[in-house]
Amino acid sequence: MSALLSTHGLIAGYGDMRALHGIDLRVDPGETVALIGANGAGKSTLLRAIMGLLPVAPDMIRLDGKPVGGSAPHRMVREGLAIVPEGRRLFTGMSVEENLRVASEHAADPVAEPWTLERVYALFPILKEKARISVENLSGGQQQMVSIGRALLAQPRLLLCDEISLGLAPKVVREIYAALPEISANGTALVLVEQDVGLAQRASQRLYCLLEGRVTLHGQSGEIARDAISAAYFGASHALD
Amino acid sequence: MHWIDGIVQGVLLGGLYAQYALGMALMFGVMKIVNVTHGDLVILLALIGISLANVAGLGPWAVLATLVPIGAAIGWLLQRALLNRVVGDDPLPSLIATFGLSIALQNAMLVIWSADTRSLPGGGIQQASISLGPIFIGVLPLIVLICATLLTGGLDAVMRRTRFGRSLRAASADVEAAAMVGVNPRNVYAAATAIAVGILGFAATFQAMRSTVAPADGPFQLIFAFEAVIIGGLGSIWGAFTGAMILGISQAIGFRISPGFGILAGHLVFLAVLAIRPQGIFKRKS
Repeated sequence: MSALLSTHGLIAGYGDMRALHGIDLRVDPGETVALIGANGAGKSTLLRAIMGLLPVAPDMIRLDGKPVGGSAPHRMVREGLAIVPEGRRLFTGMSVEENLRVASEHAADPVAEPWTLERVYALFPILKEKARISVENLSGGQQQMVSIGRALLAQPRLLLCDEISLGLAPKVVREIYAALPEISANGTALVLVEQDVGLAQRASQRLYCLLEGRVTLHGQSGEIARDAISAAYFGASHALD
Repeated sequence: MHWIDGIVQGVLLGGLYAQYALGMALMFGVMKIVNVTHGDLVILLALIGISLANVAGLGPWAVLATLVPIGAAIGWLLQRALLNRVVGDDPLPSLIATFGLSIALQNAMLVIWSADTRSLPGGGIQQASISLGPIFIGVLPLIVLICATLLTGGLDAVMRRTRFGRSLRAASADVEAAAMVGVNPRNVYAAATAIAVGILGFAATFQAMRSTVAPADGPFQLIFAFEAVIIGGLGSIWGAFTGAMILGISQAIGFRISPGFGILAGHLVFLAVLAIRPQGIFKRKS
């Protein structure tokens, strides 16, 4: 099977500070890939670079084998990418429904069964109740649901999720992760950046571990041993302790 | 009666200021750009309108109908060619760019039109008035007020109810997040500036009909737009309208007190608002 998305020696950073030192990552159509790593490992930077939010060379990111690196974010949306960004980044001063509609009104052409407002409300029923409420008046979990719904309405083939469990109560995290299988069932591939390694392993088929801007481990999520993960997560010196 | 008349005249004057202020509020609200060329664009459009009236023999309404699309085209070009390069989190680059453009524009207008003051012949409408008991309401100011109200209501409806309006508000709230859901910020910005300068087509026509214009008048118009926007609350559409009314009424009442005090009265009210309620009367939701 040919990769949906692949990165090739991806280098990116902020100004003079380089955060990624040659990342090779591959995501196949419909699969779920987890990205784990400590704070500052470059996980969010990688997602931002893929989404077109950081300048990168065209050949470093390929979608369907086609070089797309450095395209503007709105072009990446047209190509079938969407992101649930770190910190949710909702449109304040606008209602839940308006937030969702901005996305559906600028969406890519749907590949499978299209996401609609009704489907998003079926996935997260609380959003239907809150449809007319301004997003800043929602709880953190509800805001995360809006952010996910908004990304889905872009009709992505590949959805990038940046720490969707961050700062949420365990019950809400379970609720949100329970929605992922339905997203996958639509044929959408997922990249999950996740702090909780156990959660990342259970929710994904493959995982990559990043350390200081490099891939230190990758493999089938179910087959990787915990000490291999901790070695890759903290670096070899720590694993000896 | 003296004071009621003052307030009525102030509201009518506020209608003109609202037409200046709307576009400025829109540009600030969406892009955080304080467009220093705003007043010069009013003058530029007015001078183009006067030349059209002289050369092509257009009447005032035909001038209005021509200036609005010309304004929109100028706005679109301005954003595409210049402002999209300087827009960003830092407000200074756009401030410097529009300040420089303002000076260049004033000098260019001086070369083309000379320093003469001109006005747009209105076919007698400037003198027409309706009397309501002891109060005389000029037909032209009344038309200006009605246009300003419709433009404000229309712009507000576009912002609330249309796809374009939603993308504008999304870009205004978080431009990067808007791009992440497929909005092209450069297009949205160009459209916003096109609307802002298009509205100045109205302001330019009415300004040239009720008074005179000369190439160096722009900064004066800019101050009124700026004050109205600040009084109303930066970036709010109806706030700009309300701010324009407050400014118009303050000036009209000031004129009643003493003819030399009118403009100053407006500035004093502006300063009072800055001191007491610096976020403006309509605080923008954040």
